[in-house]
Amino acid sequence: MSKIGVFICHCGENIGATVDCAKVAEAAASMEGVAFATDYKYMCSDPGQTLIKNAIREHRLDGVVVGACSPRMHEPTFRKACAEAGLNPYLCEIANLREHCSWVHPKGDDTTEKAIEIVHGLVEKVRRNSPLTPIHVPITKKALVIGGGIAGIQAALDIANCGHKVILVEKEPSIGGHMSQLSETFPTLDCSQCILTPRMVEVAQHPNITLYTYAELDSLSGFIGNFEAKIRLKAKSIDESLCTGCGLCTTKCPQKKIPSEFNAGLGRRTAIYVPFPQAVPNKPVIDKEHCTHYRTGKCGVCEKVCPTHAIRFGQEDRIINEQVGAVVVTTGFNVLGTDFFPEYGYGRYADVITGLQFERLASASGPTLGEIRRPSDGKVPEKVVFIACCGSRDPAKGIPYCSKICCMYTAKHAMLYQHKVHGGESYVFYMDIRAGGKNYEEFVRRAIEEDHVNYVRGRVARIYEKEGKLIVKGVDTLLGATPVEIEADMVVLATAGVSNQGSEELAQKLHISYDPYKFFAEAHPKLRPVETNTAGIFVAGACQAPKDIPETVATASGAAAKVAALFSQPDLVREPLVAVVNRSAPPVFSTCVGCFMCQTACPYQAIEREEIKDRSGKVIKVVAKVNPGLCQGCGTCVAFCRSKSIDLQGFSNQQMFAEVEALLETTN
Amino acid sequence: MNTGFYPGCSLNGTSREYNESVRAVAAELGLKLTEIDDWNCCGATAAHSMSRELSVALPARVLALAERQGFDEVLVPCASCYNRLSVAAHELARDEELAAKVGAAVGMAYSGKVRIVNVLQYLQEHAAQLLPGKIRHNFAHRVACYYGCLLVRPHKVLGFDRLEDPQSMDGMMRAIGAEPIDWAFKTECCGAGLSVSRTDLVGKLSANILGDARDRGAEAVVVACPMCHSNLDMRRTAINKCLDEPTDIPVLYITQAIGLALGLSRKALGLQRHIVEVKLQ
Repeated sequence: MSKIGVFICHCGENIGATVDCAKVAEAAASMEGVAFATDYKYMCSDPGQTLIKNAIREHRLDGVVVGACSPRMHEPTFRKACAEAGLNPYLCEIANLREHCSWVHPKGDDTTEKAIEIVHGLVEKVRRNSPLTPIHVPITKKALVIGGGIAGIQAALDIANCGHKVILVEKEPSIGGHMSQLSETFPTLDCSQCILTPRMVEVAQHPNITLYTYAELDSLSGFIGNFEAKIRLKAKSIDESLCTGCGLCTTKCPQKKIPSEFNAGLGRRTAIYVPFPQAVPNKPVIDKEHCTHYRTGKCGVCEKVCPTHAIRFGQEDRIINEQVGAVVVTTGFNVLGTDFFPEYGYGRYADVITGLQFERLASASGPTLGEIRRPSDGKVPEKVVFIACCGSRDPAKGIPYCSKICCMYTAKHAMLYQHKVHGGESYVFYMDIRAGGKNYEEFVRRAIEEDHVNYVRGRVARIYEKEGKLIVKGVDTLLGATPVEIEADMVVLATAGVSNQGSEELAQKLHISYDPYKFFAEAHPKLRPVETNTAGIFVAGACQAPKDIPETVATASGAAAKVAALFSQPDLVREPLVAVVNRSAPPVFSTCVGCFMCQTACPYQAIEREEIKDRSGKVIKVVAKVNPGLCQGCGTCVAFCRSKSIDLQGFSNQQMFAEVEALLETTN
Repeated sequence: MNTGFYPGCSLNGTSREYNESVRAVAAELGLKLTEIDDWNCCGATAAHSMSRELSVALPARVLALAERQGFDEVLVPCASCYNRLSVAAHELARDEELAAKVGAAVGMAYSGKVRIVNVLQYLQEHAAQLLPGKIRHNFAHRVACYYGCLLVRPHKVLGFDRLEDPQSMDGMMRAIGAEPIDWAFKTECCGAGLSVSRTDLVGKLSANILGDARDRGAEAVVVACPMCHSNLDMRRTAINKCLDEPTDIPVLYITQAIGLALGLSRKALGLQRHIVEVKLQ
């Protein structure tokens, strides 16, 4: 005969106003197996918990049902209280009287009746509960960081500085990401490269960091604390141990007209190349798509000139396996293509450029060495128009969200232009100026007031070329929607920030969720901003949504702190709510017949084959075995098992049937 | 495919040559067009500036007739009629209350089955594949394809072509050997209904269009809208007042250009009806 205690919480008025809690407790007291029942205003409060603890001790309870809010809210709270009173925590269950009853029904007898039924179901379940012990899983204290932009660099350094090993994977030949392409950064105008490149070097030299550039994640399996990552090291076509980075090959390569990705298409590079002089690692790769040798089998100039004979045309992609305990995803963002606003003429007019291209023009390491010269003829533009919100906040043609960084970088661009071209005229067409951030508004005011940038509030309808000028037709909404026409020499489009190419595919590989724009989703937008719904995988930076540098770095450090916290534990404690295959005495051993239907059904590859041997080592039987570290407790295998040999701990068939039958019984 | 034909008022009045050329091109290509029996005015600009209900009821009657007469789609060459019919269908599908009211007023229900197509869609879908064997001589001219406001806007309702840089007419022109130019006024307003009350304004707006087409070396402007045509063709005196140099660039309906390529007579295409003479062959 079990001795169950039932505790009905009023949850202030949340339950108490709709459900007659005293009546529920009274009804519970007469249920079979219930030794004690009571109600209280706030069961989760200290006096409430004490009430439960005292009742357990006083009445020697062997099971507890708390009728309260959702188990997602306070199951851990009440189980902890039970444990403190000496009861196995898994003998405590929550009857959800709030979300499942009081919140969704009006006040009345029927509602109270339903509450009683819910409690009855749980009482029947608890009568069949058995004590469980948490599972301890070891943790591999090594992190994988995917993406070597500023977010990945920051996260990798922070984790490495906590004394843990880090593997940093970057798909480009160099780390640095978008930040390495920027000229100067708002709101302080400090040089992007000057603050970034030392960190890139630190990554390369850190004893705890293993850097794989020109590499991508192939697949990820396993679970928190115990992931296995397959990483594809794309063939660089050079032997890195021999290459000294002298750069002779890049000067001799005859393919010199490939648009440079680093310069956003404004400069040219060779087929064997280092993306930029400050690249880390500073060793070239061969772009197979453009290399004459790979296309025609001829050339091979680089091979001939290389003083250390480091060129390896025959090199192939290599896949390596790495065991890691946590993953930080920092794959960044992309700049939206411009083809959906053809009225701005991007692609048709050489002097209509994107914000990222302007960064390259303004950068000391760019194609013009920092001089603002327009792409078509290299002249210094006397009049430049900047258009904010190109694609952002435009549900009809672009994306509905705000790209967040454009207001600030556009103000910076206009300011840099005014600093570099004295006597130049600049115009910014904008919808709103969103300058929320430390010293941001002051920065924009400085552009307007000190650098005399002309801010025009209105949209641009069309840009067309006439007699060598770009005619920008727009409207000034602060002057009563007056049409404005500006004859510009160059136009800069603040194109929308979008998710990176391949982000959807990567999310599927990692089993993490993403939003409709293919940005990775955080577990909670406010309270768990760097965690994902998959335990052990964290996100940071602009792969979540467009972010500026300070925010990116903050989330990266946040994710690193989460990883460090995980690694600070000796091992991982997991809920024992996992599937188990039954075992019995010889000669049966188990009712499992070894059909392994469960193995095909399991989405987590948690089911293994186990051989049962006799004393001489002869295999008597092969049965299924659940790896409790991998099992997520979904129960699919239970439904598939033909011989009913698998059950879910804490949610056994017997328990579930008892709960359902109790509900039906009360109704009748 | 049973295609109904809704000419609307303009095609029986100021733009008879549009009517003639659409029918002539269809006939030459062996495409059957059946005029909707007992059609009425779409309400044009007047109805929707007075009453929303009326502006939906008038096109709704046309659509209900088309549906009752068993047409799968209805060709609406006039851009304004096309726009009004499309807007009405859009609103009827989204507002049950309005649909009930309008249905009662019209005396016929419209279930929304008839597809509304403009002349560019019709040509693309039905004529384009027939053209290669039928072209007698290429219409080898540089042309400015002018779409105006109503063929592509509002995009949410029409969902036709690219909003700011439509391409369908350019494609059709290439198909008959013409060379569409890249220009800036494809979808700018010609002044439309202000033609009577503010001819000066129409002169200015239309001058921007013709001036740019001429400056970029177009030999003709091609249109698919009676209103645009009448402004660009008929208001030439007012337009020339706004230009540094007067222009005699002709304005053709797309079906006239195609008709010329098909070797149809100038009379069959109504080319003699233009104010500005069309000398192109």
